[in-house]
Amino acid sequence: MGRVVVDVMPKPEILDPQGKAVVGALPRLGFTQFTSVRQGKRFELEVEGPVTPEILAAAQQAAETLLSNPVIEDVVRVADAS
Amino acid sequence: MAAATGARIGVVTFPGTLDDRDAARAVRLAGAEAVALWHADDDLQGVDAVVLPGGFSYGDYLRAGAIARFAPMMDKIVDAAHGGLPVLGICNGFQLLTESHLLPGSMIKNNHLHFICREQVLTVENASTVWTNEYAAGERITIPLKNQDGQYVADERTLDELEGEGRVAFRYEGVNPNGSRRGIAGITNARGNVVGLMPHPEHAVEAGFGPDSEHGAKAGTDGLRFFTSVIASLVHA
Repeated sequence: MGRVVVDVMPKPEILDPQGKAVVGALPRLGFTQFTSVRQGKRFELEVEGPVTPEILAAAQQAAETLLSNPVIEDVVRVADAS
Repeated sequence: MAAATGARIGVVTFPGTLDDRDAARAVRLAGAEAVALWHADDDLQGVDAVVLPGGFSYGDYLRAGAIARFAPMMDKIVDAAHGGLPVLGICNGFQLLTESHLLPGSMIKNNHLHFICREQVLTVENASTVWTNEYAAGERITIPLKNQDGQYVADERTLDELEGEGRVAFRYEGVNPNGSRRGIAGITNARGNVVGLMPHPEHAVEAGFGPDSEHGAKAGTDGLRFFTSVIASLVHA
């Protein structure tokens, strides 16, 4: 069984309110060294057989049409993680 | 209730939609027949206009509106909207219109991260769309605003285009409630048949159940003219 991992991140120019909330909470636990946090999404897509170039191409297409919204997000990784 | 005008306006229900009944009621109070449309069907039943109501279709999973966008009914609505069918997206409906690329930009979480629920003053900036022609440009109206992902974002070029073409339909008056770029509360497409906004006109259509107004507590009906506007444009079409 193969697995494709897709990582989606908010575009750099888009304010990430969730990341902002997380970076605000870190110092309360003593983590004062982190100056910025951005929160993205990771998808794991499973297939029956091995991850072929065709499967990766389909995953890329799915990533760009459904898994991300190009107005606010970038697909930063589509990779075989079998 | 018999529709006085003969206009038939569809209201779409997705799994997780909340405000379909209120939207249908607003349609009836404005004088049209409300036609219930189900997301999984692909028959528009010959309606003259469509309202995409608020709520949390598919639990806002993935992104607000992202999964509902691929419902069979949405394919029909997108095609019909390109042909001129009047479509109004309210809150989750607005998010759905951006995910469908009928309107530019997108919505992200409110900049303060809180769910917000308040009576919101808006300025009507474009009073020539099919959904706003019974307002006056520059008029201030008060309707409820209630959402978590209400921050309108788009790139600067898109924002400049929207401003330059008069496609900002509504702007928040006073303090920006969610960090929306340039205070944008709602926009229209170039043709003026597709309008989306985050606040809820369907919750301000009947005295006694609306926002407070100069006429008394809960007496505000500033949202009703969205629905009478589209009926007027259908009757005169």
